[in-house]
Amino acid sequence: MTTQNNSLYAAREPIFPKRVYGTFRNLKWAIMAVTLGIYYLVPWLRWDRGLNLPDQAVLIDLANRRFYFFWIEIWPHEFYFVAGLLIMAGLGLFLFTSALGRVWCGYTCPQTVWTDLFILVERWIEGDRNARIRLHRATWTPRKATLRLFKWTVWALIGVATAGAWVFYFADAPTLANQFLTLTAPAVAWTTVAILTATTVVLGGFMREQVCIYMCPWPRIQGAMMDDSTLTVAYRDWRGEPRGKARDATAGDCVDCNACVAVCPMGIDIRDGQQMECITCALCIDACDDIMGKLGRDRGLIDYLALSDAPAEQAGKKPRPIWTHILRPRTILYSIIWAAFGFAMMYALFIRPEIELTVAPVRNPTFVILSDGSIRNAYEIRLRNKHGEPRQFGIHVTGDLALRIELEGTPYESVEVAPDATHRLRVYVTTPPGGEIAQTDESPIRFWIEDLGNGERAFVNTVFNGTGAQQ
Amino acid sequence: MDEPRIDQLTGRPTMGHEFDGIEELNTPMPRWWLWTFYLTIIWGIGYTIAYPAWPMVSGATAGLLGYSTRGEVIADIADHEASNAALVTELNAADLAAFDPQSDLHRYAVARGASVFRAQCSQCHGSGAAGAVGYPNLLDNDWLWGGTLEEVAYSVRHGIRNETDGDARYSQMPAFGDMLESSEIEALVAFVPTLADADWDSAGAVLYADNCASCHGERGLGDRSMGAPNLADAIWLYGGDSASLTETISNARFGVMPAWGQRLSEEDVRAVSTYVHSLGGGE
Ligand code: SF4
Ligand code: SF4
Repeated sequence: MTTQNNSLYAAREPIFPKRVYGTFRNLKWAIMAVTLGIYYLVPWLRWDRGLNLPDQAVLIDLANRRFYFFWIEIWPHEFYFVAGLLIMAGLGLFLFTSALGRVWCGYTCPQTVWTDLFILVERWIEGDRNARIRLHRATWTPRKATLRLFKWTVWALIGVATAGAWVFYFADAPTLANQFLTLTAPAVAWTTVAILTATTVVLGGFMREQVCIYMCPWPRIQGAMMDDSTLTVAYRDWRGEPRGKARDATAGDCVDCNACVAVCPMGIDIRDGQQMECITCALCIDACDDIMGKLGRDRGLIDYLALSDAPAEQAGKKPRPIWTHILRPRTILYSIIWAAFGFAMMYALFIRPEIELTVAPVRNPTFVILSDGSIRNAYEIRLRNKHGEPRQFGIHVTGDLALRIELEGTPYESVEVAPDATHRLRVYVTTPPGGEIAQTDESPIRFWIEDLGNGERAFVNTVFNGTGAQQ
Repeated sequence: MDEPRIDQLTGRPTMGHEFDGIEELNTPMPRWWLWTFYLTIIWGIGYTIAYPAWPMVSGATAGLLGYSTRGEVIADIADHEASNAALVTELNAADLAAFDPQSDLHRYAVARGASVFRAQCSQCHGSGAAGAVGYPNLLDNDWLWGGTLEEVAYSVRHGIRNETDGDARYSQMPAFGDMLESSEIEALVAFVPTLADADWDSAGAVLYADNCASCHGERGLGDRSMGAPNLADAIWLYGGDSASLTETISNARFGVMPAWGQRLSEEDVRAVSTYVHSLGGGE
């Protein structure tokens, strides 16, 4: 990244990460397979919710304002579940970052995973590092053009697949797939696919490490989450320096083979110390371990290492065991808060009723005097039926024997609420003239609803407005 | 200003300025960032050409795309009306006498009527339809001209005592101030509020039978066919205290309502009537 001239702007220096073999690379392949698998396959999972509801296991139904997640269905007024999940995601990141540094960046961030995938394609088409450098420097020949075109085409296909999978989370996947194939998909689906295809190819194919270094806010936040007990990828300089030939007995373990630099997707040299650019992908560990293995030296010249261990190790002592880095008051506290949110949400989820009502007393006017002098209050009631089939709801009111309830538009004291719907209803409560409740400003009353099918009940407290004492 | 130099510690060039011994290293921004910045400027200029932007002496530049928020609202309204067209046709064809209050069409009529009411009726009847002195409360179960949906629709369509509609509801109470002695009026004022439980031998009762019963009925229950109010119930349009009753009997009262059939579309008349009918007093 260093430029010796005085320009304020510098062109991106292309990076050609070399293929690497080893534990962490395998772990990353596995994580890539799992995360991409989840991303591409989840919209196709089915979940039977009965006749009237979608059978897609995970679906964000924007038009009907519902979020389906297997057996859980979230209504807009339950958005706090989503907020809670975001808080848990945030706390989870704090936890992992304070224990293991930028593991999110190194293993699971979509930017990392897709860049890895794009580099895989690149290597498959254009060859490994040296071949790619040569191709990059070569003048444009038909061969270079063919290779580039082929690579870009495959990238574009991956982009389309990525964007395509995204929209399936927002509509019934088989239907939408069919609409795409028959060119009848809605315009918004095509636009979303076009935009996401472009961003996928640009970010994963061309921008890569630039996203992490210049665009993503997370590296800055992570800096604040790490401390010197955090395990990060580091170079044991006391063991490696001075660098020298393998035969040189006075030199350290680092043979200056540049393997760690060649594999780094961020284009940095970890031996310069911890750097903002390092996403702790651990590929340099694999690269260096490989070299050390060939030389018959101990692995771990580059390793997961906490800053606080460096002095002890330099003094020849053994490093503290890994679990003492992971189980610290800080990480335990994060875990507790995280779990508390999780349990609170689970609890809220399980006590969540299948039927609900909200009651808004009409305050304009607060009461009406009827021709026989009775006092009547009106209430706007919303009944929610979260079941997949229509339900009959009985409504009644408690508080005073003199209160009589009527529902607008029906002589009955029950209404049918459509499946998975909210029913709005005007309800009247009347009391005869002269009674105590008629002459009180406000009397507490309670609305009950009862699911006449299974007897489930719910209530809401509100007030009945009388004329007050003056009349 | 000093010349830029190479910083010994980092090997990086400095920017060449220094304050109190502090110098800034030159860490170049990526060039694509610069190009993105220029692009946003170009985009911004293009945007102000394409869309209304630059303030002029009166108004602003119109923009090449001819966009306006007002135009967007007009288009939205047109879309909305197009999507409601079927419901409107259905509403205009509906038989009001047998309008199912549980139907979707009814729900649509109530929602549409609520907005008509707020725009056209709330000035007199109040935004909550609770009325005011001289303007009937539409929430209660007391109706001068009838509270079925058809009767309400008739009142809305033709109005009350207006000059413009020959079919308007019309009733006229004489001003008894010219015909009765003030002592007689006083006796009536004392008698009328007791109608529900009256002393039929009182002086007021005789005066009532002679002067009022022909319209308001023998027992004061009123007559909807001629818009004569029920005097035996708990509801007083102009007030039930002595002063208000004296004023009413002496000078009579004549509330007026426009014939909305001349001003609103058929669907709006039907919708607003349905809305009023759904407020708790509908019969
Ligand atoms: S820096 Fe940002 S974009 Fe890059 S890997 Fe980390 S979180 Fe992802
Ligand atoms: S220095 Fe090592 S851990 Fe950091 S980004 Fe480069 S290869 Fe990954």
